[in-house]
Amino acid sequence: MRYELIVIGGGPAGLAAAISTHKNGLKRIAVIERDREAGGILNQCIHNGFGLHRFKEELSGPEYAGRFIDMLRDTEIELLTDTMVLSITPGKKVVCVSPAKGYNVYEADSIILAMGCRERTRGAIGIPGDRPSGVFTAGTAQRYLNLEGYMCGQRAVILGSGDIGLIMARRLTLEGAKVLACVEVMPYSGGLSRNIAQCLNDFGIPLYLSHTVTDVRAQNGRLCGVTVCAVDEKRHPIKGTEMDFECDTLLLSVGLIPENELTREAGIEIDPRTNGARVYENMETSLPGVFACGNVCHVHDLVDYVSDESERAGKAAAEYVKHGEASGAALEIKAGSGVTYTVPQHIRPGNVEKSADVFFRVNRIMQKSAIVLCSGGAELARFRREHMAPGEMEHIMLPAALLKNAQGEITVSTEEAQA
Amino acid sequence: MKELICIVCPRGCHLKVDEENGYAVTGNSCPRGEQYGRNEIKDPRRVLTSTVKINGAAYRRCPVRTSAAIKKGDLFNAMKELNGVTLTSPVKRGDVVISNILSSGADLIVTKDM
Ligand SMILES: Cc1cc2nc3c(=O)[nH]c(=O)nc-3n(C[C@H](O)[C@H](O)[C@H](O)COP(=O)(O)OP(=O)(O)OC[C@H]3O[C@@H](n4cnc5c(N)ncnc54)[C@H](O)[C@@H]3O)c2cc1C
Ligand code: SF4
Repeated sequence: MRYELIVIGGGPAGLAAAISTHKNGLKRIAVIERDREAGGILNQCIHNGFGLHRFKEELSGPEYAGRFIDMLRDTEIELLTDTMVLSITPGKKVVCVSPAKGYNVYEADSIILAMGCRERTRGAIGIPGDRPSGVFTAGTAQRYLNLEGYMCGQRAVILGSGDIGLIMARRLTLEGAKVLACVEVMPYSGGLSRNIAQCLNDFGIPLYLSHTVTDVRAQNGRLCGVTVCAVDEKRHPIKGTEMDFECDTLLLSVGLIPENELTREAGIEIDPRTNGARVYENMETSLPGVFACGNVCHVHDLVDYVSDESERAGKAAAEYVKHGEASGAALEIKAGSGVTYTVPQHIRPGNVEKSADVFFRVNRIMQKSAIVLCSGGAELARFRREHMAPGEMEHIMLPAALLKNAQGEITVSTEEAQA
Repeated sequence: MKELICIVCPRGCHLKVDEENGYAVTGNSCPRGEQYGRNEIKDPRRVLTSTVKINGAAYRRCPVRTSAAIKKGDLFNAMKELNGVTLTSPVKRGDVVISNILSSGADLIVTKDM
């Protein structure tokens, strides 16, 4: 079987990319999803706050996904659920397996990677203490509760202040559990301030910044308590600041990792800062005709931006199939002072019609500041910001004319105004 | 003067609301923030999102939400109402589960086809 496009992953990124490619003229498109339904992680994100940019409405996760699933249904795009992609080859063969159809190899003219993220687990950050039951990643607890109807416990502490942890603090409280504390090792929260307000403050749940869990205790194999400690600037626990909490549940909300095993195996270049593929302005990876979008490329906070980015990838895949490889010299986009990463990492000015979108994150909270773009020692542009935070992705648009003035590279850096 | 974080959009503006001066709002970047700031002091409301039991579907819980924000103080009472509900598949996004929940004027609606 040969397709013009195969999309791997049927989350919001995969859905938006497939629909966009279809709008741009491709017909033989397959979306491959390992779960029993499309929608990705949005199926378990039952809270509202999705789609404010795109639909000017506050939708819940399933409603947002549902609108895209409906759009997909109105097309001839094939959705293969319960199908897991095992590998992709540099020659764009997609190897997959499903209970219904067994082992299959499909050929594709182009591929869009949209596999999303998985959560960092306890092992990945190494908390000392016992290894009892009752320790979950926040997303796992979310899936148990919202899809399967299982409550993870009655007294919980949340480690990490990522959005999923904050959302789960509210969710558990509404379901009758007591959430004792949210503990964050950094001096600022990794989540959106609106989630601090409506998930913690609304219910009087304390947030301990610059704190961490230093011990985990168990009784009969089940968690029975944790110790929380303040940390110094080097994130070392400070003696004498220990607080004990009696709890049967510890939720970890300590970050997401793009799911890129397939990408690596295919020999596609990975950016160690994003843990996603290095991409060009049109979301194309180092392997021509293979594109990446959504959380598999870099972790997003807002699904609206996932959809936008994925539509760009979809359009580019259609271009590739119809007109062949994009060409022209590429500028390298470099992360300068105060900037952790940029997406894209390369821009081909010859492939930019009006402007190129650049997304990035800053490495600390900044008040009044400027985003400065430089090339070959000269300043190209400057954008003002009132406030920037690592938890909130920044977005700038670089007009085609500006790109023409750049030499070889553009460095994106930040400057904080002196108080 | 009360300080709040606007929760209407992810920007999260820091608002100040002056109760003595006709609930004048400052710090907002858009008119929705002004409205939120005033309401939050006079009559705080939230959209409730949760799940109810469902039979005959791929999963055992069906996600629901209130069609509009309800009084913050009513959230836990509304959760009690939800405990008594069991749906049967098929249901469609937007189907009303409980109309005019707790006389709030808002309906409890299904948010996923199941
Ligand atoms: C647990 C969790 C909770 C989140 N909560 C929120 C939130 O509350 N609010 C918010 O705005 N954002 C939230 N996010 C961020 C959210 O993931 C993104 O906004 C958005 O869902 C990303 O879309 P995506 O399509 O890139 O990834 P996903 O939604 O993760 O979709 C990826 C899809 O690819 C499939 N897949 C992966 N590998 C394969 C394979 N080999 N073969 C076949 N299929 C495969 C997966 O099954 C999945 O369906 C959360 C993320 C996680 C992980
Ligand atoms: S004031 Fe406007 S821009 Fe600011 S958080 Fe509220 S809705 Fe968003």
